[in-house]
Amino acid sequence: MSASAITTGLLPADYREYALRLGDNALILGQRLSEWCGHGPFLEEDIALTNLSLDLIGQAQLLLELAGSQGDDTEQKTADELAYLRDADAFRNVLLVEQPNGDFAHTMVRQYLMDVYDEILYSELIRSGWQPLADIARKVLKEIRYHKQHSGDWLWRLGQGTDESHQRMQQAVDDLWFYTPELFENDDLQQRLQAAGVAPDMASIQTRWQAGVLPALKQAGLRPPESGWVATGGRKGHHSEHLGYILAEMQFLQRAYPGCEW
Amino acid sequence: MCASRPAQAHQPDADTVRGWLAVVTDPEIPVLSLEDLGVLRAIEWRGDTLEITISPTYTGCPAMDRMRADIEAALRARGLQKLRIKEQLDPPWSSDWISPAGRAALQAWGVAPPVRSGSVRCPQCGSAHTTCISRFGSTACKALYKCEDCLEPFDYFKCH
Repeated sequence: MSASAITTGLLPADYREYALRLGDNALILGQRLSEWCGHGPFLEEDIALTNLSLDLIGQAQLLLELAGSQGDDTEQKTADELAYLRDADAFRNVLLVEQPNGDFAHTMVRQYLMDVYDEILYSELIRSGWQPLADIARKVLKEIRYHKQHSGDWLWRLGQGTDESHQRMQQAVDDLWFYTPELFENDDLQQRLQAAGVAPDMASIQTRWQAGVLPALKQAGLRPPESGWVATGGRKGHHSEHLGYILAEMQFLQRAYPGCEW
Repeated sequence: MCASRPAQAHQPDADTVRGWLAVVTDPEIPVLSLEDLGVLRAIEWRGDTLEITISPTYTGCPAMDRMRADIEAALRARGLQKLRIKEQLDPPWSSDWISPAGRAALQAWGVAPPVRSGSVRCPQCGSAHTTCISRFGSTACKALYKCEDCLEPFDYFKCH
């Protein structure tokens, strides 16, 4: 057992798992947004969506590198190996990020809900006791804040836009809302990470997220659905069928031509 | 008895290396050297290895790989073989680190330099009467603006 494991009670596998959760969220959301390339509603927005995607994939690269560097030589992996050579049940992203792009309203509501979450989460992670993660957090927080301005503007514009844009935004909120509780799940690992000063208290993140999202929805003339089912499972590798299709496209080249570079 | 290894015949100092690296530019903004962009953080000898520390700009910026390769190529061309290029995330790179010379070069190239407060000025006519068309542009570091006086669209280097 390493010295840090004795003081924190955490094993390399715990650190790896946490970095995978964060990295997979960024990777899968980034891959989803990249599907808009060439299909954006207008040129500037097409460019915006692919810029968001690029930032997220860059963030994923840092986080997956960190995940892959944990453990001994036999356990270490590169970011590329983690992205391209894991099967769906080894991915640790939340279900929200793998949901289909749907129409632009669904993409932007999903983006806004994640941007607010990421902004609050990473603004806490800059104080993480796990120094490499704190460094990454300081780096990515700047990008996330910029993303949130963009998705927040669309939330308001489309929510308060035409009857059709409003109806589509409300539909997106209704469809995606019950994927959000998973963001704040406080499982055994999360609690141990918090006790060790690596991760923040998820209940307070949830409170702050609601304090940000609910007034913004209201201002946009939108409301969250009152009750319904709650989706869960991503952190355990239990994904919706959508993730398999994402991986089939994202991983095809490395699966068909292992080690291929260009 | 071991013969001590001869020190590398020639270990140029940091300022000399810095001068050599002036030819390395951002591939997407070729008027900006890495130094002007604020990416070049440190140049230090670690034993017989020259260590160059750089701060990445945007996490997903594909130009960073090219910059690393160009640094290596520029230094190998000067006869330096043992190199290490280290990325430092913290403190994160900021557009505030762009040098005054870099800001002037951007402006002359038709890209409005970042401003923390006040208006973005049109790099063509100097007007402060400008509008943001899109927060995102042709590269991760740029946004798209339009001048309401001369009506020219232009790139703005985002504050970061």
